[in-house]
Amino acid sequence: MRKINVSEIIDKVKEMCIKANYELGEDVLKKLQDAKDKEQSHIGKDILDKLILNANISKEKQMPMCQDTGMAVFFVEVGQDIYIEGGNLTEAINEGVRQGYKEGFLRKSVVNDPIIRKNTMDNTPAIIHYDLVDGDRLKISFTPKGFGSENMSGLKMLKPSDGIEGIKKFVLDVVKNAGANPCPPIVVGVGIGGTMEKACILAKKALFRKIGEYSSIKHIKKLEKELLDEINKTGIGPQGLGGDVTALSVNIEVFPTHIAGLPVAVNINCHAARHIEIEL
Amino acid sequence: MKEIKITTPLNDNIIKKLNAGDRVYITGTIYTARDAAHKRMVDSLKNGEGLPFDINNSIIYYVGPCPPKPGQVIGSAGPTTSYRMDDYTPILLKVGLKGMIGKGNRSKKVINSIVENNCVYFVAIGGAGALISSCIKSSEIIAYEDLGAEAIRKLYVEDLPVIVAIDSKGNNLYDVSLKNQE
Repeated sequence: MRKINVSEIIDKVKEMCIKANYELGEDVLKKLQDAKDKEQSHIGKDILDKLILNANISKEKQMPMCQDTGMAVFFVEVGQDIYIEGGNLTEAINEGVRQGYKEGFLRKSVVNDPIIRKNTMDNTPAIIHYDLVDGDRLKISFTPKGFGSENMSGLKMLKPSDGIEGIKKFVLDVVKNAGANPCPPIVVGVGIGGTMEKACILAKKALFRKIGEYSSIKHIKKLEKELLDEINKTGIGPQGLGGDVTALSVNIEVFPTHIAGLPVAVNINCHAARHIEIEL
Repeated sequence: MKEIKITTPLNDNIIKKLNAGDRVYITGTIYTARDAAHKRMVDSLKNGEGLPFDINNSIIYYVGPCPPKPGQVIGSAGPTTSYRMDDYTPILLKVGLKGMIGKGNRSKKVINSIVENNCVYFVAIGGAGALISSCIKSSEIIAYEDLGAEAIRKLYVEDLPVIVAIDSKGNNLYDVSLKNQE
């Protein structure tokens, strides 16, 4: 049984919080560059240019690319042959967030209770989704999820008879309703199947996939391409001010579901599609 | 598309000249406020109390910045989504607020209030927090410090780049992209 000490996890999580906020991934930067070349609207082109400039400034000055440094969301794969020593895994991740958001001068955006709303001042608790897997590795994926885009997400329990057309209509409705608010060009995470909560988790998980990478399932890849095409035809454009590039990518994750249902969740990410993963 | 430089405080003459789609560079003092600060300001007005700054002819920037690193004036400081302030905005426009900077479309009520009170709504680029922070030359918390990122700050900005989204005549740049969707 492989041992991993919580101190190692705390340090790694701290670094991930800071790096994800300071340095936009190459996959996203490349897509923004492609988008700029494709965009016909003058305002849209100018905005995309400034977004690339912004990403360069944040990396160079080592400061957050966006002031909304998000709620900390993790997907953690725990190999069942690991022994975590020195403490509790969830607490270690939260401690990493606490230290990362403090030392990185990141904005603390979490309130302790959804109604009383007092800031916890350290951006905890994090949202953590665990998967128990084979082996003796610990894989931690992190995204600082901003709420300009999170607020624009949606879930619908479709009927099986709604089929592909129903899915497409719902995804497009969510994107159109979101308009300028989620800071387009957006990344659209879609979860199809499972139960109500499973679909939402799948939609979130879809946002962690590298931008530009399609689903390995043939008919889902086709749906991703068709949806991206239709979203970009809406004309919402960069920042919602009109143009050809409304989304950088549509990422769909699927799961088996019940004979009576077709849950579909749409989780929207802004252009700063921050995500980072490590393996211990 | 015009490029216009303006300085604060705003006045009716400046506002009249601004049209939806104009690129504007703002220099001068502006104030920050977002969700919780708006709620407090409007509660103060309802209780017959004053506001923590002179709102006449002023601009409010909807932002909750990151904390500054040592030696920095302010951390990343891009706009937050404006519609969340829609319930409060007409009340503030009525008592003298003239301009707002945020991102995203506004409600019909807010647009009507912008026209009635001869005001203007600017948008800054959402997410461009590092870029915008380089235009902010000074920052001072002047009220509601307990709200952290949501406290009211007095900022001095130089050539802050924004776009006129809704002008004083009610022309709305977002209508263009909405029309494309029909």
